[in-house]
Amino acid sequence: MSAEKTVTPKLVVRDLNFYYGAERALKDINLTIPEKMVTAFIGPSGCGKSTMLRTFNRMYQLYPKQKATGEVLLDGENILDKKQDLNTLRAKIGMVFQKPTPFPMSIYDNIAFGAKLYENLSRHDMDERVEWALRKAALWTEAKDKLKQSGTGLSGGQQQRLCIARAIAVKPQILLLDEPTSALDPISTAHIEKLIDELKAEFTIIIVTHNMQQAARVSDYTAYMYLGDLIEFGDTSTVFTNPKRKETEDYITGRFG
Amino acid sequence: MPTFLREVHMKRHNLLDILFRNITRLSAFAVLVLLVAIIVSLIVGSVPSIKTFGFQFLTSAEWDPVTNEFGALVPIVGTLITSAIALLIAIPVSFGIALFLTELSPRWLRRPLGIAIELLAGVPSIIYGMWGLFVFAPLFADYVQPWLIEKLGPLPIFGPLFQGIPMGIGVLTAGIILAIMVIPFIASVMRDVFEVVPTLLKESAYGLGATTWEVMWQVVLPYTKIGVAGGIMLGLGRALGETMAVTFVIGNAHKLSASLLMPGNSISSALANEFNEAVGELYTSALVELGLILFLITFIVLSLARYMLHMLTKREGSTT
Amino acid sequence: MLTLYTRRRLINAIGLGISALAMLFGLLWLGWILWTLLANGLPQLSMAVLTQMTPPPNSTGGLLNAIAGSLMMTFLAALIGTPIGILAGTYLAEFGQRGWLAPTTRFINDVLLSAPSIVIGLFIYEMYVVKIGHFSGWAGALALSILVIPIVIRTTENMLRLVPNTLREAAAALGAPQWKVINLVTLRAARAGIITGVLLAVARISGETAPLLFTSLNNQFWSSDMNQPMANLPVVIFQFAMSPYQDWQSLAWAGALLITFSVLSLNILARVLFRQKSTTY
Repeated sequence: MSAEKTVTPKLVVRDLNFYYGAERALKDINLTIPEKMVTAFIGPSGCGKSTMLRTFNRMYQLYPKQKATGEVLLDGENILDKKQDLNTLRAKIGMVFQKPTPFPMSIYDNIAFGAKLYENLSRHDMDERVEWALRKAALWTEAKDKLKQSGTGLSGGQQQRLCIARAIAVKPQILLLDEPTSALDPISTAHIEKLIDELKAEFTIIIVTHNMQQAARVSDYTAYMYLGDLIEFGDTSTVFTNPKRKETEDYITGRFG
Repeated sequence: MPTFLREVHMKRHNLLDILFRNITRLSAFAVLVLLVAIIVSLIVGSVPSIKTFGFQFLTSAEWDPVTNEFGALVPIVGTLITSAIALLIAIPVSFGIALFLTELSPRWLRRPLGIAIELLAGVPSIIYGMWGLFVFAPLFADYVQPWLIEKLGPLPIFGPLFQGIPMGIGVLTAGIILAIMVIPFIASVMRDVFEVVPTLLKESAYGLGATTWEVMWQVVLPYTKIGVAGGIMLGLGRALGETMAVTFVIGNAHKLSASLLMPGNSISSALANEFNEAVGELYTSALVELGLILFLITFIVLSLARYMLHMLTKREGSTT
Repeated sequence: MLTLYTRRRLINAIGLGISALAMLFGLLWLGWILWTLLANGLPQLSMAVLTQMTPPPNSTGGLLNAIAGSLMMTFLAALIGTPIGILAGTYLAEFGQRGWLAPTTRFINDVLLSAPSIVIGLFIYEMYVVKIGHFSGWAGALALSILVIPIVIRTTENMLRLVPNTLREAAAALGAPQWKVINLVTLRAARAGIITGVLLAVARISGETAPLLFTSLNNQFWSSDMNQPMANLPVVIFQFAMSPYQDWQSLAWAGALLITFSVLSLNILARVLFRQKSTTY
């Protein structure tokens, strides 16, 4: 689709198809996601935007009868390849979900959980890593005095930032955000949107959202999907102000359906 | 690429994944092995008895350790009759309790009443036996049995069931104690099953002007009949295999008698009373064969129960 | 029209009245049994019951060896049965989506859950007691552990199924291998429920008599040797209650009171524990 000349491609999707059993949920998707930018996927429910995200870290593989064909190249390497080790892939590609998912353990342990998996950090290094992640997620000031308390005791917005901190503590290259603010109040949402803006200096961010204003506010590139098809992909300002396709325009202006 | 993604970590994780999966799989497999081991060990233990008596074991009422003549008819009949009496009493009572708990009880009373019924299920069976022998049986002999003998004894067809002397213990008493034991089991399954009925379905019946009783009989019960039957079978499984409650009050007599007021025997109480005293291979083996028969009967009943409850949840899953 | 309606209302009232009576009928037995236990058992309770050994007929004594034996066998049975139950339950909930093993195990487990406990005793007798030639505490613990396993499997599976899939996904999304996801996250989230299951299993076996009759049997004296026949409350209650001796019968009532109230307390404790957990989530 669109050609970005000034940016490096991070994730290249080629002829991607996805099936839930016999049902085809993604149809011949081709696109390129640029490095250290925010790319947003928008579209009505059931359009395949979340499915798309779940192919990038092969989360679908937890369930029987779901399969993907085609290629998803991460720095030139096909992550859909059978030889790809799932756990190392997921350490490289972090994910934050619709609803906060704090683990039933302390705030500190929540963050250390992922970092411990692939690194042998000393106690001191781990403390630093936890602080670094919490600061990045703008939760440090609120959480620094209760690191030993259960992560489930935080408010919804704080929990979601804890989940972001947990994801970046692993130092992934890409961060997948699956409607990260849909369960949050407006103030927490603003917090997280600001966070996304700061995090893109270090991570490639892919966000799925049903909120078009949010996509317009936080993303550099936007993809519009409908019924498993990629309708339009490009520069966010172009997609929102001057869409090439009629369907996109209808959706964005609210004339849809 | 990040240097921290260590090959070693990855390999170790994958190895541990396979290891963990196989340990859990082995534990699940152990359950199957357990079942097979139970059946095989009981069959092996029964071989001398099976060889000696063959199918006659099932039809003979003889049970004589002195002459080494054994037949399972009396305990089998005792087990079946006590369980039948138990169900006859327990089914309507359990239905009433379940109906009360799901439809009638004030909301704040539901939980305490539910817990009370579950506690009744938690009382150890030996306590039911003791209570039956020392408290219930004497009262039963003094007040209920004389009346039964006098009023029902002379009746033409049912009469013989209620003839004899009021001893307190006997087949009928065992059946009643069993009923009290299985009521909580059947009632809680019925309650759970009634609760899966969609509220919408009940509300539409109420909306037509149906009374609570009509909603229960004409909507809820037909909707849940498989599950209710499953719950009853589950209770039957319990009743068939129950040992201590029956052993105290059944009277332990290897004699077939027409009257429910006379002492009898059940498979489990024969085992409890005689197994440790049994002398000689044949005697022991006959008792093991009794155990095998009991296990097979309950296995069939419980399988049916589970199948029925499974069908209900499956249908529930497909309609939603 | 009106008469039909009156008739319907009458049937309704009678039906509902009978159902309320059924409820009372159920509660009546519970109350009566508990009252009997208190009336007969409470006067017999004394320090001697907890500090002295089971006596020979017609002399006084206590239940110390039986209580100790019951505690030991129950504890060991839980120790043997719990890990197997949790592992198998984990298999059913976490790995059981494909293949024949999970549905088969689930079905067999449900059947074992209500299998006659006396047959389990018979099984251990045939497999173990006959082979070593004498009754023993180990045999009793083994028989009880077979009763623990299905209960723990059932609750572990059910509790793990209540853990939302998003929690598993969140852990997997960090690159955690499945064994870590299960051990550190899902099992942990289901912990309170699983502990409840174990407590209910312990409550169930601590009142069981039938499986101990042919396995641990009884022992009139103090014994902490698991390789010897071992005294235990249920079998002592059974023997003493069925005996013609007044002293023994009195002790049987004391034992019955003890055992019933510990079993019921365990039941209540398990429920309270689980409710607390469900309100925090």
